[in-house]
Amino acid sequence: MFDYDKYLRLNKLPLIWCAGCGDGIVLKSMLRAIDRIGLSKDEICMVSGIGCSSRLTGYVDFNTLHTTHGRAIAFATGVKMVKPEMTVIVVTGDGDATAIGGNHYIHAARRNIDITVILFNNNIYGMTGGQLSPTTPFGFKASTAPFGSVENTFNISGLAEAAGASFVGRGTVYDAIKLDRMIEKAIRKKGFSVVEVMTPCPTAFGRRNRLGSGADMIKQLKEDSVSIEKASSMTAEELNGKVVTGIFVDKELPEYTANYQKLIEQLQGR
Amino acid sequence: MSKIMGLSGNEAVAHAMRQINPDVAAVYPITPQTELMHQFAEFHSDGLVDTELVLVESEHSAMSATVGAAAAGARAMTATSANGLALMWEIVYIASSLRLPIVMPVVNRALSGPINIHCDHSDTMGARDSGWIQIFSENGQEAYDNAVMAVKISENKTILLPTMVTLDGFILSHTLERVEILEDNEVKKFIGEYHPETSLLDVDKPSTYGALDLQDYYFEHKRQQFEAMGNVLPVIEQVSKEYGKLSGRDYGLIEKYRVDDAERVIILMGSSVGTAKDTVDDLRNAGEKVGLIKIRVYRPFPYNALREALKHVKALAVLDRAISFGTFGGPVFTDVRAMLFGNGVSLPMMNYIYGLGGRDIDKAQIRLAFDSLKDVVKTGKVKKEVNFLGLRD
Ligand code: SF4
Repeated sequence: MFDYDKYLRLNKLPLIWCAGCGDGIVLKSMLRAIDRIGLSKDEICMVSGIGCSSRLTGYVDFNTLHTTHGRAIAFATGVKMVKPEMTVIVVTGDGDATAIGGNHYIHAARRNIDITVILFNNNIYGMTGGQLSPTTPFGFKASTAPFGSVENTFNISGLAEAAGASFVGRGTVYDAIKLDRMIEKAIRKKGFSVVEVMTPCPTAFGRRNRLGSGADMIKQLKEDSVSIEKASSMTAEELNGKVVTGIFVDKELPEYTANYQKLIEQLQGR
Repeated sequence: MSKIMGLSGNEAVAHAMRQINPDVAAVYPITPQTELMHQFAEFHSDGLVDTELVLVESEHSAMSATVGAAAAGARAMTATSANGLALMWEIVYIASSLRLPIVMPVVNRALSGPINIHCDHSDTMGARDSGWIQIFSENGQEAYDNAVMAVKISENKTILLPTMVTLDGFILSHTLERVEILEDNEVKKFIGEYHPETSLLDVDKPSTYGALDLQDYYFEHKRQQFEAMGNVLPVIEQVSKEYGKLSGRDYGLIEKYRVDDAERVIILMGSSVGTAKDTVDDLRNAGEKVGLIKIRVYRPFPYNALREALKHVKALAVLDRAISFGTFGGPVFTDVRAMLFGNGVSLPMMNYIYGLGGRDIDKAQIRLAFDSLKDVVKTGKVKKEVNFLGLRD
């Protein structure tokens, strides 16, 4: 049995997450990945913004910083600049990182700073009650779009890829074991890494769109998932409504804090 | 004819917005404001308003979109709380500087950190110098009434300044109350149509908004804002009177509760006024000469009305639901003291900070404030000016 307790602040339990929420699966997957890498708790700084997923920093026994809506990556950038030896992990959601904080997301990727972003994509603002987010699919209902969204969505992984991240992957809470490996790779990667995790929000998204229980939504994720390899031979029409999973980017690229250090040394004539 | 409904504070204000029927509303969620705009979005979906509803990606964008719409001549609204208001900051100042009569409900919540979603007034207190009119509400009814009146106040040609209508987070926003709402056409008639004298997109009378304004004229423009703010109080009193004729509720700038023969008085704002009124009644029943003053209009500060009301009082306590670090007390205390100083009213004053981050305030605490004034009446002296209510030692 994996010992989760050693990574948790047990006095903060139970979790606030709803029954059937996928966030707990991601939390456990993350802890298993961290354990496999063998990082000590003190080596990790976990930073979050605002939203259901961002509550995670309250539960884990690392160095944690719970910040403001959308700014987790900006705060994490500060941490990483001062303590480049630390493993800095950002926990955030689709609303937090790609709406109010979208700017920080793309610019951190562009700089390629060594931060790992675990982005919980549940297609909605869960905590505040189901408002439309940048990943609410077209036609789906939200509390601020009771007749269905008429907006296009972001491809969150695609954004990071286009902006220059070193590592980009998309997983689901159905495939939790694969997710462990993906998160492990992302943390090990020197550079900006994103793991976009598709996770159900039965309360604020599922109920309004009649998608069933959390378990039903996880099963649906299984049905809808298509690996990158398989997707490459499918037409755009066939891919409509599917979730393409796998590692999109895994490259060695110059990293920001390392470049910065080099510049300092150069100017100091070392 | 008004209609009686059971509404939460958020719903009451959403109904006000429905009846105001703004041309544009920008929406972004933040606890505890969220349900207000949900309710409004529902009215919008049901076709009950003609509003263009914009679902933006942050409060910074919400205020920007509202300013853009208002500059283009629209009646534009948005709503927020705490960190949302903080994120709007630079445009909050721009809205008042461009003299755009925007009305924004703000559901009061503590401004982090540490993170807290419950009520205090620290969010709007930060904006007290921003050039917005600020009107505080005691209950859902007032929040509704204030929202309707605010449109007429802001759009007054001698004012043209934006207004924040505040209501206490959760305590009012999420509590069901009996609320009387006016008929739709009564509100429509009361606020009238909005015809700005200048606006963008007016091709016959082209104008520019927000242009660079340096050492040459910036100062004069600030002076104009200052003067406009100076016009506000009589207009609020006038609008309040007209509203009173329509609804039976004429609020004025402040509310005096059993003050006329009171020796000991407290001043406060927002939802705790209700609890304080009960406390005053209890003490009055026991023969004590106590009373309270509720400040409704906080910006501009109702100097004359307050000074007049306090003339005969022997000891005063100001209860602040916000803290101001590095001064000598909470913001309301500081204002009241500055108002009294140099105006011939020498009144010993105490300050009580209470209820930060949603900490409950009850009658026992308010009673404590009244009790501590007994000694002040006797000696004419205040032992400790700044105190806390309901705080662990
Ligand atoms: S609202 Fe949705 S995302 Fe938030 S805890 Fe509940 S199920 Fe999870």
